[in-house]
Amino acid sequence: MCGIAGLIYKGKSSGIGQELTSMLQALKHRGPDSTGFALYGHPKADQYIMRFKVAEQEEVKKGFEIRKQMKERKAAVDARMAEMGAKVEAQEQATDYAYRYVFSFDGDLRRLADYIEDIEGAEILSLGHGLELIKDLGDANRVSAQYGLDDFEGTHAIGHTRMATESDVDIRSAHPYWAYPFNDVSVVHNGQLTNYWNKRRALERRGHRFISNCDSELIAVYLADSMDRDGDLEESMHRSISELDGVFTYVVATQDRVGMAKDVMAAKPMVLYESDDLIALASEEVAIRTIFPHEIDTYDPYEGEVRVWQS
Amino acid sequence: MAELKQEQQSHRMGMHTEQLAGRTQQIFFSPEEAENFTYSYAYAVDTNKHTEFDVAALDSKAINIKIRELMSQGYGSIAVQNPGAKHSLGVGILNRLQLHFEGSLGYFGVGLIDGPNVIISGRVGWSCAENMMAGTVVIEKNAGSTFGAAIRGGDLVCKGDVGSRTGIDMKGGTIIVGGRTGAFSGFMMQRGRMIILGDAGKSLGDSMYDGTIYVGGKIADLGVDAVEGEITDLDIQWLDRKLSLYGLQTPNGTKNMTKIVAGKKLWNYDNLEPTEKKLVL
Repeated sequence: MCGIAGLIYKGKSSGIGQELTSMLQALKHRGPDSTGFALYGHPKADQYIMRFKVAEQEEVKKGFEIRKQMKERKAAVDARMAEMGAKVEAQEQATDYAYRYVFSFDGDLRRLADYIEDIEGAEILSLGHGLELIKDLGDANRVSAQYGLDDFEGTHAIGHTRMATESDVDIRSAHPYWAYPFNDVSVVHNGQLTNYWNKRRALERRGHRFISNCDSELIAVYLADSMDRDGDLEESMHRSISELDGVFTYVVATQDRVGMAKDVMAAKPMVLYESDDLIALASEEVAIRTIFPHEIDTYDPYEGEVRVWQS
Repeated sequence: MAELKQEQQSHRMGMHTEQLAGRTQQIFFSPEEAENFTYSYAYAVDTNKHTEFDVAALDSKAINIKIRELMSQGYGSIAVQNPGAKHSLGVGILNRLQLHFEGSLGYFGVGLIDGPNVIISGRVGWSCAENMMAGTVVIEKNAGSTFGAAIRGGDLVCKGDVGSRTGIDMKGGTIIVGGRTGAFSGFMMQRGRMIILGDAGKSLGDSMYDGTIYVGGKIADLGVDAVEGEITDLDIQWLDRKLSLYGLQTPNGTKNMTKIVAGKKLWNYDNLEPTEKKLVL
């Protein structure tokens, strides 16, 4: 089933970490397996933020050897970043297996990403100027507390509560997905793509890589590829309505925009609230109402509809 | 009558001469039998006895239990404050009741009801009034998809816009949409009437067996086997009367509405006339 949510402020920032946590917690019944956040803070043009992990949560519970491997993998990440000329300015360890690096770099970002992900067990969750992607097993309150998201200030965010149906219950299969190799692009999705393998093979032939077997990742990679060709998010989203087959509603975020698209059957839910300074969207209104306890006017977008909002 | 064969039963009732087949079943109905109109376990309430309560701190189950407690105490007029878009509120009410939700409902609001008059000041989520059998439900704002799925009777009114698949599998009653409705509205409709004052999305009335859809705005396109019918004086009179009940009107007048019915080219359900289907659905 899965639950998706997002919010974007126009011309101001807010406590989006806490707000998205409450929205996603209200959607727990749609997906209790894992929860993910894509939070957009205040970007600095000369700095990148990278969130990465060096093991799955389940692996950490399985013995002592993994602890040694995690240290080795983290050391390998540091070595490869230094080798590529990336200067790490700050680093935080969010969990035993997840890190947040702030670094400066003026080289080829895709090469750097590929070089890091070539380390066995290391996976970049997000990479960009403003995007911070956090995902882990459990509900929103648990993941938020684990990664200290309550104090996160920013302009926009999207999130996901996952009910695993076609792939494993692990961080790799959790949403959101970073649209590699585009920095600051992330996607969450509710639904099922029926032409997944056809599209995946076509995208792989174009040089894109997949880290999971989750159909939602395909949307992120598809949009990245499409934007790479003509650079326009909204146009790419319109194209996705006819080129992606199945039932889906997805939400995409970039450094300064949030967009949503719904398939032509309108089989997956989405509720929108729009005011002068805030747009909030979720699979169910009950999620939006956690940040608006009073009555609000909401509506369902229609079949084949694409909407994009600027922060 | 039960000892007669199915064909003999049909003949005796003067309904038709065909052998009923397939999924069709006959249900015999006597208006003189009280059990056809009331449930032995429904509450006897007084609509002049009013109460209201705030549900901001309650979950869906607790709210529904509270409504039942109040009905068991004879309250026939209940106002529910701050429903907060919670799911499955006001479901399964089988007696007369004036029920007012002062706010919005989530999914599956007032489903499986038989008799109450419900007003919802806010919006409703997916599948509002699913399988409604009798009564009225009036929503002041918008509604989500599968609005009035499989309803069998009563009036279901949304004054705003509604999502897709409105009245899917509808088996009776009336659905009125004040604004527009999404794709596949009236999908597999079997009986009843739907009035859409605004625009209708694509595949309107797809695979409808029977029933009638009236549209005041534009229709994106018709679904399989849905065709335009001729609007009659009887239609106009009924539309005017029905819309006036809820203070609604169509900008271009009811006589200019488009009437959609089943072409019945795909109609293999059986050969019953609509009046006869009342007995079998």
